[in-house]
Amino acid sequence: MSYLIKATSVVEEAQGAPRPLLEINHLSKSFTGVQALNGVSLQVQSGEIRALLGENGAGKSTLIKVLTGVYPRDSGEIVLDGRLMSASDSGHAQRLGISTVYQEVNLIPTMSVMENLTLQHQEKTFGLISWKKAEIRARELLAQVGLDIDPLRQLDTYSIAIQQLVAIARALSTQAKMLILDEPTASLDSDEIQQLFALMRRLKAEGLGIIFVTHFLDQVYSITDSITVLRNGECVGTFQTAELTRSELVSHMVGKSLEDLTPTAHDHSIQRERADLLQLNNVGKQRYLQPLDLRIAAGEIVGVAGLLGSGRTELCELAYGSVKADQGDVTLGKHSLTKSSLRRAIQVGMGYCPEDRKQDGIVAELSVRENMILALQASRGWWSPISMAEQQHLVEDMIQRLAIKTSDMDKPIGELSGGNQQKVILARWLITHPALLILDEPTRGIDIGAHHEIIHIIKELCEQGMGLLVASSELEELVLFAHRVVVMKDHQKIAELHGEDVSEQAILRQIAS
Amino acid sequence: MKKNHFLHKHQKTLAPLLSLVLIILITASVTPGFLSIQVVDGHLFGSLVDILHRGTPTALVALGMAVVIGTRGIDLSVGAVIAISGAVTAVLTVNTDWPVWLVIMCALGVGMLCGLWNGILVSVFSIQPIVATLILMVAGRGIAQMITEGQIVTFHSEVLDAIGNGYFLAFPIRVWIAIGMIILTLVVMRKTALGLFIEAVGANVRASRLVGIEARLLVMSAYVFSGLCAALSGIILAADIRGADANNAGLWLELDAILAVVLAGASLAGGRIYLLLTIVGVLIIQTLTTAILTSGLPAQYNLVVKATIILAVLLIQSPKTRQWVSGFFLKKQKAVKGSTTP
Repeated sequence: MSYLIKATSVVEEAQGAPRPLLEINHLSKSFTGVQALNGVSLQVQSGEIRALLGENGAGKSTLIKVLTGVYPRDSGEIVLDGRLMSASDSGHAQRLGISTVYQEVNLIPTMSVMENLTLQHQEKTFGLISWKKAEIRARELLAQVGLDIDPLRQLDTYSIAIQQLVAIARALSTQAKMLILDEPTASLDSDEIQQLFALMRRLKAEGLGIIFVTHFLDQVYSITDSITVLRNGECVGTFQTAELTRSELVSHMVGKSLEDLTPTAHDHSIQRERADLLQLNNVGKQRYLQPLDLRIAAGEIVGVAGLLGSGRTELCELAYGSVKADQGDVTLGKHSLTKSSLRRAIQVGMGYCPEDRKQDGIVAELSVRENMILALQASRGWWSPISMAEQQHLVEDMIQRLAIKTSDMDKPIGELSGGNQQKVILARWLITHPALLILDEPTRGIDIGAHHEIIHIIKELCEQGMGLLVASSELEELVLFAHRVVVMKDHQKIAELHGEDVSEQAILRQIAS
Repeated sequence: MKKNHFLHKHQKTLAPLLSLVLIILITASVTPGFLSIQVVDGHLFGSLVDILHRGTPTALVALGMAVVIGTRGIDLSVGAVIAISGAVTAVLTVNTDWPVWLVIMCALGVGMLCGLWNGILVSVFSIQPIVATLILMVAGRGIAQMITEGQIVTFHSEVLDAIGNGYFLAFPIRVWIAIGMIILTLVVMRKTALGLFIEAVGANVRASRLVGIEARLLVMSAYVFSGLCAALSGIILAADIRGADANNAGLWLELDAILAVVLAGASLAGGRIYLLLTIVGVLIIQTLTTAILTSGLPAQYNLVVKATIILAVLLIQSPKTRQWVSGFFLKKQKAVKGSTTP
């Protein structure tokens, strides 16, 4: 609980300092039963760059959306520049002085830079839009962010970095006092990031307050003055960047301090004489994942750890082949899959449960039965249908084995709970009898009961000789079943922990290094 | 309780069927003799048979349209493909002495080529289906006019006459053709995994890709199938009037076909399709058309009355309406319960 004391000390310091630019007091917000924000308080001074950090579901985006009026708040108050504010939507928030730039540039790509910049407020002469004035205004705004580009050209002819800066220019067009940057660097390369940082420093010097959401710790340390960490909707604390070590920061984010952790009594050893099942040799893709090697034997579980955006999902996608690597080789057993179709990969024994169950996993309209047989049917081809009797047998078997709760197998899968949907997707692959199963966040967004069941299933599959690659943001879960853990950071494999070394402590240490 | 469960489960199926029955009953009460069927020379005659007879071309087109809509697409070119296949049938019959079966095969083949063109635009070049098929919708009539050289080409062929207006086992031959096509489609879609794959791709293309379903070929074959159905419909329509009218054959039929698919409960956003209910949808549209024509209503009211009734059917089927209605009844039930408990 040491961080709580630290948090108050920062507040006390603030008392002596001039009145904060932005003050958030005891902000709460819940969605049907889920407390997304619970009494969050923080202050940002003018001319301060504040990092807002937290894992998935910590409440970062909810906080931003409540701040900008996208969601109404349940309780608490927001004070901007000494005035209570209550925005009704993001446009209103912008007029009140809080501008937001999102990760996905929310400009209109097919319009010109000028049109994008003047979309919210057109320059008019006699009530009609004056394009001449608009162009002048656009140039002014571009100059403000240090851009010298042709405002008449279509926006999407420029790089993402330029578009990001245009988005900031637009955000600044309304005399913003606070600027919120929500993961603006996710799709930028290092030069472009430096360009963005230079702009941020200039805005800071002009007295703007900036909230910077990111998951790259290097960037946090190179640009921010202070850090606020959220976890499970609560504010863990606010710290001066210079006074917080990386390992302390990571412990705050994942909710465990290194000292708290005692090694778990799980047997991480495995007979290494077994032949490799999956081999990745120098597999990588430009701007996606740095080349890496990975081996998985039959009956072995390899965990993938790392913070959000570290390259966990990217590793899974390249291994499965749903994103094709531009270098290296993927081999499963005797089969090279480097250039194979997904259907071929599935036929020789691959399976993949994606992270985003709703977008990439379930076909919501189709029934539980149809969803479950989809992969097996696809690998057999449309011309050799699985008979209804066989389907029913397979599906009934799986519903029992995985304890899937559904009134009948012909119910649309979209009507099931998250945990049961996940089990159906698992079952989809189990009936193809895969040699290697890749699970990306298999326990995300499901209730505790289903959580335990899925971990139990994972262990059972491993005992039956299946190889598993499991990416997870929950370390305590990973160390429960993984024989080895690959640690990812900044789209690179930075470590591989074996046997006795597999512990939450060791993983945290690697992530923070 | 059990009955309620049955109703709830088959709500979607029952709505179009009920609408059809209701429309037939109302028409019958307004137009005497609407339900009567006479037997002349072993052939059935009457308004109901006439509805089947006239509904055939739309039914065929709607069948192909349903499959395309299942893939999250749409085919606006079917009317134009009807004109092309009619033109090919007429010109080949008049200008060559090829056997009729070969002429028919050529017309069907041309229809499938048209579908292939659409399919390539949509699945290889990723052009939005509505735009991709709009091209052939416009150009297709031009192609048909070029084939007929701007004339209405009339022809005489006993086999084609039979297809257009002949009878077999008391029913019009074209109705048998449509029934054959419906059964064939049902077998291919439901007795292989093709239907499942098409619905999966239409409902969630990303998830489908990750389980190894190749959407491209699937989508292309859906358009080819739609072209085939339209061509068959074109042959029947040309045979019916013993001539090819490139300007008017199958005009606006694509809209009736889309409407039929939607009446059956499919969503234009792709996914689940209902082949038999689509045919029910065609029958609803055709019954309305026939009913208005036989009711003696002044001709200028036809279109507006038809549109109004279809709007009513769609409103009955809309989930929002269903919510309101069930919400209304729930409130009522609660109110009743509340008043009985002291």
